[in-house]
Amino acid sequence: MKRGKKLLGLFLMVCFIVFSLSTSLFAKEPIKIGAIFSVTGAASFLGEPQKNTVLMLAEQINKAGGINGHPIEVIIEDSKSDESQAVLSAKKLIERDNVVAIIGPSTTGESMALIPIVTSAKIPLISCAAGANITTPVSERYWVFKTAQYDTSAVEAIYRYMQKKGIKKVGILTISTAFGDAGRKALLELAPKFGIQVVADERYGPKDTDMTTQLTKVKSAGAQAVINWSVGPGQVIVTKNWHALKMGIPLFQSHGWGSKKNIELAGKAAEGVIAPLGRIVVWDKLPDKHPQKPILKKYVTDYMARYKGEPGTFGGHAYDAFMLVVDAAKRVGPDRAKIRQYIENNIKNWPGIGGVFNMSAKDHCGLTVDSFEMVIIKNGDWEILK
Amino acid sequence: MGDTEIELSVFLQFLFSGLTAGAVYALVGISLNIVYNSTSIINLAQGEFVVLGGLGMWYFLEHLQLPFFLSFLLTITVAALLGLLMERLTIRPLIKKANLLLMIMVTIAVSILLKGLLMFKFGKDPYAYAPFTEGEPINIFGAVISQQILWVIGITFSLILLLNLFFNKTLLGKAMRACSLDTKAARLMGINVSRIVMLSFVISAIIGAVAGIAITPITLMEYDKGAILTVKGFTAAILGGLGTSKGAVFGGFLLGILESLTAGYIHSGIKDAVALLLLLIVLFFKPAGIFGSKEVIKLRKL
Repeated sequence: MKRGKKLLGLFLMVCFIVFSLSTSLFAKEPIKIGAIFSVTGAASFLGEPQKNTVLMLAEQINKAGGINGHPIEVIIEDSKSDESQAVLSAKKLIERDNVVAIIGPSTTGESMALIPIVTSAKIPLISCAAGANITTPVSERYWVFKTAQYDTSAVEAIYRYMQKKGIKKVGILTISTAFGDAGRKALLELAPKFGIQVVADERYGPKDTDMTTQLTKVKSAGAQAVINWSVGPGQVIVTKNWHALKMGIPLFQSHGWGSKKNIELAGKAAEGVIAPLGRIVVWDKLPDKHPQKPILKKYVTDYMARYKGEPGTFGGHAYDAFMLVVDAAKRVGPDRAKIRQYIENNIKNWPGIGGVFNMSAKDHCGLTVDSFEMVIIKNGDWEILK
Repeated sequence: MGDTEIELSVFLQFLFSGLTAGAVYALVGISLNIVYNSTSIINLAQGEFVVLGGLGMWYFLEHLQLPFFLSFLLTITVAALLGLLMERLTIRPLIKKANLLLMIMVTIAVSILLKGLLMFKFGKDPYAYAPFTEGEPINIFGAVISQQILWVIGITFSLILLLNLFFNKTLLGKAMRACSLDTKAARLMGINVSRIVMLSFVISAIIGAVAGIAITPITLMEYDKGAILTVKGFTAAILGGLGTSKGAVFGGFLLGILESLTAGYIHSGIKDAVALLLLLIVLFFKPAGIFGSKEVIKLRKL
């Protein structure tokens, strides 16, 4: 009887050892990454593809064995396009879920709201929004990075192209939203640097239905080109009005123009419209040796196969943010400070979706004007301008 | 071209741009008036019927690839049915019990509901289809006006004409006018007031939908465009004198042209402010609107 008990004890012990060994061997503790996106609400056109992207990537990485054997657990919070909700989500991710890094939020306003929180909690935040204030001044943004290009880079790309073509006088149309305000500021500030004069500075509301008046003013002010800065239906209406007026000067759009839908809606009127666009829009037209091409191809085809729609520029920002964290965690392990350190110092010539990243202690975005291609619409399709 | 000619062509361009916007405001204003006249209710869901017209037309024409006239008929049928449902389900059960302010709140609820349904069905993207007639824009003294704009203006004026005939020449139209003047007396004369109210909702829904069908090729249409259209149409109706069709048309075009001229000659950033300032000034001196009369206003419940 005694012997039986001893044997049973031994058996249980062996079982316990084998079991605990096996769990540590085959299912290492997951690495938790937090994500805050505007899945619903006004900015859901940003948050939706971002959520999809991160879910798809996490699944792919886990299937391939995770990060050094650790599976990734992504915890996605919906900020409902609301700043206070974003703050609550961040607190939950930091305190309850104990994530190693947070990616997102989708908009500049929400990102700004999170800066004090992540700074005091000492956790890396990789925002998917474009506002320059998110990562500048960089001395006060120790824990904050972003993967969307600066608005100013898009403006620089347009002005650089105009300089080459000898365009000196431009008229600008901007939408009266945060996006348009930021664009207008950059357009006005950077113009003198490129020897360009803004001869007409026009605005319109997000629900305006006709911009003929503004375009007529631009024309009679003697502009050699029009620049329109907006997202949403406004950019299509401006294009149609520009076409109807037969203005005889080229129309430039912002980096928010990169959706096939715009070409569909504007139809014939879109012919000849030029815009600085991320390479995700024209990936199939890039030369094969371009460092971004294989990544873009895999991302776009995988995404289209899974979600039956294009990921667009915004999904790409989430791809880059997520992969930066994954890359860092692979090298330095799930440690908040080390991940931040790695992203700041070791991301050099790192090809992503938005461009080739070069992070440094002075630049927490790492993308320049070179991440844009100047793209023209010809025969209902994009074409890269040399 | 001489300087004065350029000046002229620029001015004409501003004017055409104003006419385009004005035609839409006028149509929304008229349809608001029709409901207002028979019930004293401001139907704040009116803009949603314009959106419904545009999106419905897209659905039948582009998505189901139906012929133009069939799509047109189907769209206004759907709008008419929705107008009828709205009246039967939300207005009729309340009209005797609730006060007017509550009824107007109910129309806001309907507008939110409709907006939600439209978003559910169509998503948040803007939609458009080809203009009614293909072809180059027409050039008048150096200013261009697209053919679709002529369609919109043409449709606006034909609708005004038709409504005038209806209200002045047909028995039903006369009955509707009688209701708007004095509901109680109309009922005593044997007019079925409840049916008249229903009819007014159906007619205004149809006008809204036609407006939406006509403007979508120019302005695109998305699920949440309704609110701003209601506000502008309401402004037009107030400006011209609430309840008068002539007033809504005049107010609509005045508002559209003023917005455009402000944007053109002063600055595009303040055009909405100037339009509303004008409204305040008009109401200050003539509270009944340009064509409204003080006596009628006094007799109104709202």
